[in-house]
Amino acid sequence: MQSRHSLPITAMKASFEKTTEQAVEQTAAKHATSQGGLLPCLHEIQAELGYIPNDYLKNIASAFSLSTAEVHGVVSFYHDFRTSPSAQQSIQICCAEACQASGSRELEAGVAGVLGVEFDETHPTDNYRLERVYCLGNCACGPSVRINDDVYGRVDLASLPQLVSEAVQS
Amino acid sequence: MTITVYISQDTTAVSVGAERVVTAFVQAALDAELSYTLVRNGSRGAFGLEPLVEIEMGEQGRLAFGPVSVADVPSLVTAITDGECECHSNYLGRVNDIPWLENQTRITFKRCGEGDPADLGNYRALDGYRGLERALTLSPQAIVDEIKVSGLRGRGGAAFPTGIKWQTVLDAEGEQKYIVCNADEGDSGTFADRLLMEADPHQLIEGMTISGLAVGATKGFIYLRSEYPRAQKMLEKAIDVAMAEGYLGADLCGSGQRFELEVRMGAGSYICGEETALLNSLEGKRGVVRAKPPLPAIEGLFGKPTVVNNVLTLASVSSILADGGAEYARHGVDRSKGTMPLQLAGNIRNGGLIEVPFGVSLNEVIHEWGGGTRSGRPVRAVQVGGPLGAYLSSDQLDVPLTYEALAELGGMLGHGGIVVFDDTVDMAKQAHFAMDFCAKESCGKCTPCRIGAVRGREVLDRVVDNRASSNDLILLRDLCETMEQASLCAMGGLTPLPVKSAMDNFPEDFWVTYNQYEVAV
Repeated sequence: MQSRHSLPITAMKASFEKTTEQAVEQTAAKHATSQGGLLPCLHEIQAELGYIPNDYLKNIASAFSLSTAEVHGVVSFYHDFRTSPSAQQSIQICCAEACQASGSRELEAGVAGVLGVEFDETHPTDNYRLERVYCLGNCACGPSVRINDDVYGRVDLASLPQLVSEAVQS
Repeated sequence: MTITVYISQDTTAVSVGAERVVTAFVQAALDAELSYTLVRNGSRGAFGLEPLVEIEMGEQGRLAFGPVSVADVPSLVTAITDGECECHSNYLGRVNDIPWLENQTRITFKRCGEGDPADLGNYRALDGYRGLERALTLSPQAIVDEIKVSGLRGRGGAAFPTGIKWQTVLDAEGEQKYIVCNADEGDSGTFADRLLMEADPHQLIEGMTISGLAVGATKGFIYLRSEYPRAQKMLEKAIDVAMAEGYLGADLCGSGQRFELEVRMGAGSYICGEETALLNSLEGKRGVVRAKPPLPAIEGLFGKPTVVNNVLTLASVSSILADGGAEYARHGVDRSKGTMPLQLAGNIRNGGLIEVPFGVSLNEVIHEWGGGTRSGRPVRAVQVGGPLGAYLSSDQLDVPLTYEALAELGGMLGHGGIVVFDDTVDMAKQAHFAMDFCAKESCGKCTPCRIGAVRGREVLDRVVDNRASSNDLILLRDLCETMEQASLCAMGGLTPLPVKSAMDNFPEDFWVTYNQYEVAV
């Protein structure tokens, strides 16, 4: 039997796209019948694929009986949704008022220097994105940083690199 | 002797090391052959003391230690095995005697930190579900009347009388009605909703169920922000437990009444904390604000009559029903009835949640509870009521914390967030941030907010860069007025509040070039 690895590149790509499309369609079908199911659907697609592929917005739209433009409108409205592939992990620096009061402006200004990645970009070697976030609800112990689903308090430029190296999986 | 150890699983407790303390404790107890039960409770909200470790043994009650670091753990375990807890350097006394907690009037937050948050037995043992059991014996109108007597006003920020809102939904015609809990707590400096959902989720579930009985709604949604993953897990766990025990579902406590509840996640949009944007988001649409009327109480979620209330409002309902509206109304002053959960944040030594009757002064909260700034520098500015609240100066801190008194000062109490800044703050930068944030988060529906915030940011770019002219500040005030008067919702309408209060209360930070001389306006 011919192994999958020996398939020509174009065939492999086509096969990958096929599975992605099927995954999107399956998730969309699951949520299309629930009231207001589009956001839960988009969350699930992004959790599975890491992003919401622009190419398959039409498949989502058809499951929900919407136009592709309407689905695009929803995806583009919310900060959480991405339409291009991205790192699987994220580091979010809280830049809202309570953290500003306890030193996040310095953190925000210096983070690119100490981590070697700009905001809204993926780290060149480590598998994470750097993002700003506005409030993690940890306002009594700021500045706050969220790494994946964990929140860290009283973070400064001196403590951040070690925190990142411990919490981010390479 | 049975020993129970409580270490919180709250976001803030974990953010300052609670998880590491647990690991260290487990190891040290193993080495010392100490037998104990570990309970991961919610937080009591005394965040200056987290990681807080509570030890319950014998007749001494629960003894508190905090803030405990990993290095403190071995000596703590030794103190327990030797029966010499009082001698430990982190010893705080009995947890209920800690002045920070003892001096509060805890109604909504009374159970927080007592036990495993999702555990129904624990909730029931602490008076839980008494409110629902009573509500099941009352008519919908009688439940609404009880809320009216309590004087409860919406805790989300707008302070609208809850009883009147519920009456409108009760009186509205409709086969299907909804209860929506606004758990999109996006305001910086506020965390009371998160704390409650992580520490006492059943209280919210109970309050929403009572609300459903009151207005005739059988379905509820909790719209939770995606920045709160721990609250999501806790709510979902508690809902499963409540379903299994008959406190949610098709037959509430065997009464034949029905109420179902679902958690829906937001997607990082601040404006979805505005109730009509939230409803659109729940419907799977862009979180764009709707024009009012129609009120959500008449045409809300999917066009049906809908109660939209904040987490704390709905949670308060359970104790109001359990103990009666009159009991709740005993607390507070004037038309600010009951208690207000204040959240002390920013540059503060002992931040956290302080539930007190309305009327305590801001000074008292910052200095007596908060212990002043964490940096040790003087307080210069305090923002009360979230990002859309006014910046008060240090000579305005005698203000009593009531809706009315804050409004008189040109500010607002909002959701009770208090963010303290020391004297290193640049108020022009804070004003700039307010406009910048509004420009980023505006839903775009109305022009004053969508364009006004961008123009406001441009003017403040010049102020921050010291290239503003005196005309710029006139222009900025003009823009603020337009946004206030003509915006569709509170975001555009209130963004001028922090901007103008910064200009009025800290004019020395707004330098402009005027006739070749730099002057403060």
